[in-house]
Amino acid sequence: MSEAVSAEIQTTHIIDLARTGHRLDGRGVDEWRPVTVEPGFVKSADGSAMVHIGNTAVLCGVKLEIAKPYPDTPNAGVLTTNAELIALSSPTFEPGPPQPEAIELSRVVDRSIRAAETIDLTKLCITPSEKCWTCYVDIHCLDHSGNLIDAAQLAALGALTHSTVPAKRFGVGDRDYPLEVSHFPIECTFVRLGDKIVADPTFEEETAGQGRLTVATDEAGNVVAMQKGKIGAFSPDEVIETIERSFRHGDRLRNLVRGN
Amino acid sequence: MGYATWREPFVRVVPFAGRYVPKPHDVIVGIVQDVQKTFYLLDIDASRWAPLHTSGTPWEPGPGELDQYLRIGDAVLVAVENLDATGKIGVTMKGDDLGKLTGGTLVTISPAKIPRVIGKGGSMIHTITRLTGTRVAVGQNGRIWVEGSPEGIQRVRECLRIIDEEGQRSGLTERIEGYLRMTGPTDDRGPKTPTAPPVDRKSPDPFGDGSYPPDENEGGTDRNPDIPHNEINEGEGPWEA
Repeated sequence: MSEAVSAEIQTTHIIDLARTGHRLDGRGVDEWRPVTVEPGFVKSADGSAMVHIGNTAVLCGVKLEIAKPYPDTPNAGVLTTNAELIALSSPTFEPGPPQPEAIELSRVVDRSIRAAETIDLTKLCITPSEKCWTCYVDIHCLDHSGNLIDAAQLAALGALTHSTVPAKRFGVGDRDYPLEVSHFPIECTFVRLGDKIVADPTFEEETAGQGRLTVATDEAGNVVAMQKGKIGAFSPDEVIETIERSFRHGDRLRNLVRGN
Repeated sequence: MGYATWREPFVRVVPFAGRYVPKPHDVIVGIVQDVQKTFYLLDIDASRWAPLHTSGTPWEPGPGELDQYLRIGDAVLVAVENLDATGKIGVTMKGDDLGKLTGGTLVTISPAKIPRVIGKGGSMIHTITRLTGTRVAVGQNGRIWVEGSPEGIQRVRECLRIIDEEGQRSGLTERIEGYLRMTGPTDDRGPKTPTAPPVDRKSPDPFGDGSYPPDENEGGTDRNPDIPHNEINEGEGPWEA
């Protein structure tokens, strides 16, 4: 029962509606649901953020621990991203080992953070080949109402931006200090519905979607990562248009994360 | 949460929320999940999938020919035929207005709010279909099939959202009628001013339309199986305007 097939008349209706420029919840094709970012949501974590996009809720926690650097990167710390799609958040999620969807989510979020060099990993190194900080980014989906990728990435960035390195607690410094964040990548996900490409898809729209494209942009105007998902295609012109839209949304969401 | 009434020796609770629990004679909307040799498997948003055997359909397909009639993803209007002690749910497509749903779309709300969608004697559903020019079939499992113009469907969706969120408040039919008259062209030429009365939470009749406490003939409300009752869906079931 994990993946109930949705009714064909529903997906047909969503696509017919998109053709006239409308969506089920009354939004325009380029309109987002209300977004909120609450940093410091979990007091016991070194960094955390709760993100709501409409009814979608994602909580991210950051934990820093001391470990040994990997032999191939003796001068760098370690960044690990993990995503949990708990069964409570959607009828399609089951308990147990991570499903492909959870693995994709963590990998796509990880890639945007890593590729944008959000955190300078060399600064997480304490003693080369001996001691470094390991930064765990743990993403929990609490309510899946569509566009998990963007919510998870916003939560991860929000948590990292307001994280503390617990140097004193681990005895490697005199005091705890804020984690330095150098870049602010933002991911924007789009799905194709007929001839329209809509931003911030809901769960129903993702189900009906004929192709999904995620673009990660940073504050300097770079495209740092992209991910294509689901069955369906985008023309080169559509990809370029999607990237331009991502920059526009990215600027707005970046200000939310940075608290401007 | 719910609304409880005591009638010795029983307590009856009308829940504000909850999953669909099948009852015999319920008309429900199922979605075909699998096609087997002699039956279809329907998702009816209950605890398990329900098999629809070919004997319960108007067609007589040979073995392996079932996908000529229904395919995965099709929506069908069916009735619950029997429930056995192990929780198996038997459904049938034989009956008035039952069959495959083509065109239109589905809107899902909480099954507990379905009696409110129908209203006393069908007043709510008639108001909605009359003012939006749509055809509607209400499934007791919370799925509602709507057919009409895209604008009409969107307005019905908005009405159903209001009912889903504010189903326990009084004067709902009037509020919905006011909303519909205020927000767009209507099929009849009634006054354009909304006439929603103020909400009175202390009213002994909390729904304001005489539907509470629900009488035995009103379908969809929680019913004690030990109390004999009249046919559930008399004058109800799929409402087609």
